[in-house]
Parts: sequence; C-alpha cells; structure tokens
Amino acid sequence: MQTLKLRRAMMFMPGNNPAMLQNAGIYGADSVIFDLEDAVSIHEKDSARQLVLQALTHFTYSCEIAIRINHIQTPYGFRDLETVLPGKPDLIRLPKAESAEEIQTVAEVIARIERECGFPDGTIKMGAAIETAKGLRQAYAIASASPRMEFLAIGGEDFIADLKTTRSKDGRELFVARSQLVLAAREAGIQAIDTVFADANDDETFLNEVRFIKQLGFDGKSVINPRQVRQVQEVFAPTEKEISHARRVLAAYQDALDRKSGVIALDGKMIDTPIVTRAERVLAYAAAVRN
Amino acid sequence: MKSITHVAQAGTVESSDILINLAPAQPQSGIQIELATPTPKQYGAQIRELIRQTLTAHGIADAVVQATDKGALDYTIKARLITAIERACAPEGGN
Repeated sequence: MQTLKLRRAMMFMPGNNPAMLQNAGIYGADSVIFDLEDAVSIHEKDSARQLVLQALTHFTYSCEIAIRINHIQTPYGFRDLETVLPGKPDLIRLPKAESAEEIQTVAEVIARIERECGFPDGTIKMGAAIETAKGLRQAYAIASASPRMEFLAIGGEDFIADLKTTRSKDGRELFVARSQLVLAAREAGIQAIDTVFADANDDETFLNEVRFIKQLGFDGKSVINPRQVRQVQEVFAPTEKEISHARRVLAAYQDALDRKSGVIALDGKMIDTPIVTRAERVLAYAAAVRN
Repeated sequence: MKSITHVAQAGTVESSDILINLAPAQPQSGIQIELATPTPKQYGAQIRELIRQTLTAHGIADAVVQATDKGALDYTIKARLITAIERACAPEGGN
C-alpha cells in the first residue's frame, strides 16, 4: 500500500529562538517550519539564519523540518537559501508566491547547493504560499513549476488584506480562494495546506475551521500554537468506523473481482471506482498515522 | 587571517541563549574571554573552548569576547559567535 506523506499540522516556529528550535521535535507536529520571514526582525535576519543552520547541523529531528525563507525579491531571500541549504532541511517554503519563475529560480539555487554539498539531486523539497490574488491566479503554474513542489499553502491574513476585506469567524471571504487553491494543488498532484488560525484561545471556531477545510479537501493546516497540533491531527485522523467501512469496501471489491462480477454492492449501496479509491486512501492515511 | 574592525554583538539574554560581545584586540594579544554563566564549574571551560575554537576556525587570532550565557547549548553558542564575527568583520555589520 502506498504510504502518504502526512502534513496535517505544519507548525511555525520563530527562527531566532534557541529554546524553541532545540525543542522543535517534541510537539508531535508532522512538520515544523523554522521561520526566517515574519517572525524575525530585519535586524536579526543574519543571526536567525545562522541559528537555523546550526540547529539543522546539530540535531536529528523526528519530524519534517521546513524553512520559510524571505521572498527572493527582498534583500534576504537568497542569503537565507545560501546559508541554510547546506544544513539539509527537508523543505523550503516560499512565501507570497506569484509566479512559476520564482519557484524555478529557488529550485535552481537548491539544485546547485545540493550538488556543491554532495546531496542527492531532489533531496530538498519545496512548498509555496499563495498570499495574493495575483498568486492565486497563477496557483496551478506555481504548483507545477518544479518536481520539488510538495504543497501549496494559503496565507490567509495577507490574502484577506489583498482582497481589501476582513476576516470573519466562518471565513466566508476565503471560501473561493481556498477552493481554487485545492483545485490547483490537486490538478498538479500535490498537497494543499490551509492558513493559520491566530486566536489560540478560541477552540470552538478553530475546530470548526479545521473540519471545514478538511471537508474542502485540504491535507493539513499551518499552526502557530503547539496546542493546535493535536487538535488538527484528531480532526484529520480517520475514525474506526471509517477504517472498518473502507476495509469492507475493499473486501467486497476484491470478492467481485474474484467472481468476475460486474456489479458490486455493500449494504445495499453500489460500489464504484471513486468509492474504492476513497477507501484505499482512508486505509493509506490510517497506515501513515500509525507510522 | 580575518580581523575584527569594530565591536559587534549577537544573541540575547533570554533563556537558552547567549549574548556575545566581540571587540577588536591588539595584534598578537590573542583571544581574551570574559564569561558570565550560571554553570561556571560544569560548563565554563567547555564554553570557553568552543568560543576559542570557533574564532580560530574563522581566522580570528586576536579578539576580546564578553559572553553572557543563559544556558545556551553548543549550537546556539556557535551560531551567535559566527554572527558576531560576521558583523564585526563586515564593513557595516550587514544582515
């Protein structure tokens, strides 16, 4: 069975905070993002990227480590890449992506440094956040710009500012953007990651949002608080009932194949290819969660 | 050999961090380290050695280092020192 790469909870951590970087692996997040962008003042960009490099060199983390670099059109983006890539992070996350060319430019830098450092080609993956209307219009081109691309994320706060609106509790202003982002990611065959939810004290709205974005098709959510990691993972975990049903669907499907029967039914309901595919995905997901 | 042209700082005095102050020194004066740490007996010598090694590896033979340790691990000490070196040797610090 195919093993899925889980990115249910991708947790941001400020890149210039030693106490957090050295404990990054303990929160159970599927991915931790060492942030060199918004969480680091312009006066500390150099110290943050050096701290991140030393952390990558010093520790073996049990989870995926991604680095959010500054955009390559700022004075910091390329320096971020040159400094941290020799530390062999799992993934580079580019903020405010607006074109395929940006992705390709970053991918070329990664490829060069992989060669210089003797890492196998393609070791370091990429993800990109869509944070503007312009970026959303290019979402598929961005998602498919490099084989390194693993996911598209939506940066909600910047996107809402770009729309010239405000954030509501039910997130209706993001509905179209979230849907289009999932469509682009699925068309490109990569994952879709939802935006952060800033109010760590509003569990009810947070959980409603996680259930909603899961239903839209997202693979996970960016989080900023360790407490949110388990909450997201619980929402995304297949239930025992779903797992049991998926097993029965696949058993019925196999039985029909063995009998060379063209019609497959389970509990009086017809089973066709999408239902089999969904059942396979539930079991693959459950296996990935167990691992 | 690199030379420190001006005083530079890196790091903080928050828990698990270290504040490094790096200043130029007379040629041939060597590396002088003034260390404040909550664990001088346990880790003082190790921190001094790491500071000395990191400076030497970056081609610094003469320097005055003031280090205020707040329980930093080796990776943080090295990172803050390298940043201080880059800032102290750069024309305008730069980041």
